[in-house]
Amino acid sequence: MNEMLEPGGNARRLLLRRALAAGIIVAIGSHKAKAAEAQIVVDNFTFSPTPLNVKVGTTVTWVNHDDIPHSIVCPTLKVKSHPMDTDESFTYTFDQAGTYDYICGLHPHMHGQVVVAA
Amino acid sequence: MSIDPNLQRRGFLKCMTWAGTAMVWTVAGGVPRSRLIGSAEAAGNDFTFVQISDSHLGFDKPANTNVTATLQEALDNVGKLPNKPAFMIHTGDITHLSKPAQFDTAAQLCGGTKLTMHTVPGEHDILEEDGKSYLNRFGKGTKGDGWYSFDAGGVHFIGLVNVVNLQGNGLGSLGHDQLEWLEDDVKPLTASTPIVVFAHVPLWVVYQDWGWGTSDGAQALSYLKKFGSVTVLNGHIHQTLQKVEGNVAFHTARSTAFPQPAPGSAKSPGPMVVPAGELKQYLGIASVKLVSSKAPLAIVDTSLAG
Repeated sequence: MNEMLEPGGNARRLLLRRALAAGIIVAIGSHKAKAAEAQIVVDNFTFSPTPLNVKVGTTVTWVNHDDIPHSIVCPTLKVKSHPMDTDESFTYTFDQAGTYDYICGLHPHMHGQVVVAA
Repeated sequence: MSIDPNLQRRGFLKCMTWAGTAMVWTVAGGVPRSRLIGSAEAAGNDFTFVQISDSHLGFDKPANTNVTATLQEALDNVGKLPNKPAFMIHTGDITHLSKPAQFDTAAQLCGGTKLTMHTVPGEHDILEEDGKSYLNRFGKGTKGDGWYSFDAGGVHFIGLVNVVNLQGNGLGSLGHDQLEWLEDDVKPLTASTPIVVFAHVPLWVVYQDWGWGTSDGAQALSYLKKFGSVTVLNGHIHQTLQKVEGNVAFHTARSTAFPQPAPGSAKSPGPMVVPAGELKQYLGIASVKLVSSKAPLAIVDTSLAG
């Protein structure tokens, strides 16, 4: 069975993550950049950008701008998001390098790809 | 669940020019014939049933902000039929997001017709609990993901599920288990038995780029070759398309909720916002009849108004 991931509370989690990252940077006085983030927009039944090129550790957020729900299904990662209704989002952090193809679970003619570099 | 009393009748009637219409099927001499509710009908004793589709309860975007009202109107029209239908078929996307409240509204509204409703799920009906929220309400006594068959009026009806575990080829899928069941289900039937198959996504490929088709639909149809009359009823594409191929007649029903563009006529198959007053000129109004022969497909526009 595919893993089910909750789309709700993404914004709050993102803010918390940012706050934590900022706090850690202040605490250790490091010049290290905070965790990388990227966004994929779902509009007119297409994912954009695709492919999305990111580094390992990047948190990717899909945001749905259509009037119809979409979901993210990536068989390689066994990831299956909950349906994202209009303006809802889903986040996933890519921990392993690789090329990940995904589709919309409701409209499988919608294809996207995330390329994760080490 | 009650209908919003503040719904403005004028806006509502505008919606009703393209939505909220059910299809009535009459079986005469083993051949089902369809017509939209509202066209002239004399009372009689023919075996009839009604098809509705894509009610998308819970949808509230500009294409139709009150899908409950348009479904109710369709059901009211069913109730006014002089020849009482034997039952109703809903070809899926009963709800928009598979929410319990949306299923409840559907059950209450459709229950108001006092007609038995036979359903198959659309992809919007299986978004929660891996489809169990649908199966627990509408799929009792069915097999697998919700497929089944029954006999009525001398016709063998087969409800198929082609919206589960969709793959990267973009099309609907029946899967091995369901196909095996189908082959066994029809084996004992005589070739003269009229067959009606209903499923959400069109069993034939209407438009591949938008995923409007079923990847293994042809295999399912191959099991039905021996039958003299096969009628395939689908929804999903929110517009009327008809095609006849040999002994198989394919029909898609309009949505009771909102129209979608004709295949390939827009950037995407998203809900179509229809300008008030110009609705009948739009694609959701005309039905397209695809008639297949040895020649390439011919498209014959049929105005719903005419």
